[in-house]
Amino acid sequence: MTFQLSHFNAALLFALCASTVFGITQRNTSRDMFRYGAYCFALFVGGVIVASWVMWLIKH
Amino acid sequence: MAQNTTTVNQRQAASAANSMATLAPLAGWLFPGLGHFIQRRYIRGVLLMLAVGIMFFAGLGMQGKVYSFNVGDLLDILGFVGDLGAGGLYFIARLMDWGSGNIHNAVADYGTKYIVVAGLLNVVAAVDAHHIAIGKKP
Repeated sequence: MTFQLSHFNAALLFALCASTVFGITQRNTSRDMFRYGAYCFALFVGGVIVASWVMWLIKH
Repeated sequence: MAQNTTTVNQRQAASAANSMATLAPLAGWLFPGLGHFIQRRYIRGVLLMLAVGIMFFAGLGMQGKVYSFNVGDLLDILGFVGDLGAGGLYFIARLMDWGSGNIHNAVADYGTKYIVVAGLLNVVAAVDAHHIAIGKKP
């Protein structure tokens, strides 16, 4: 079975899985785990968007 | 007499904690989330299993490459070490001959990275299971 993801969707899936593991493993309480996971997810996705715009600016 | 009983109980508890400190990370490495499951952290175990499992199989689905043991290029060696972190998932993939890679597909390179990162995240989860077992984390 093979499937194709767009670059952005692949980055989103990566961010979701990685931030889930980071949230669970790096904090002690459920609330902190959720908050840290959400923080990591926002940083991952934000980083992707910023890097995309930087590459667009370099190209133009 | 009571003091002897207390000492024996303390030794048994210490021995159980010691064996769990070894067993939990090993189980977590072999099967993602199992190290948390055997310590009754069911929700964390399920979430870790899903996160690592989805990432690993998504990588395979994107035709990513599963590295085999090699002594060639440094990046290939590191790729093998990362893949090996997935434990049982890695061995299943090797046994089933999955992950031959596809150099003609740009997304396949993402898949290769997905598989490596799934292994690395699994190691992080196994270390977390160890921390729970030794009482460093609730």
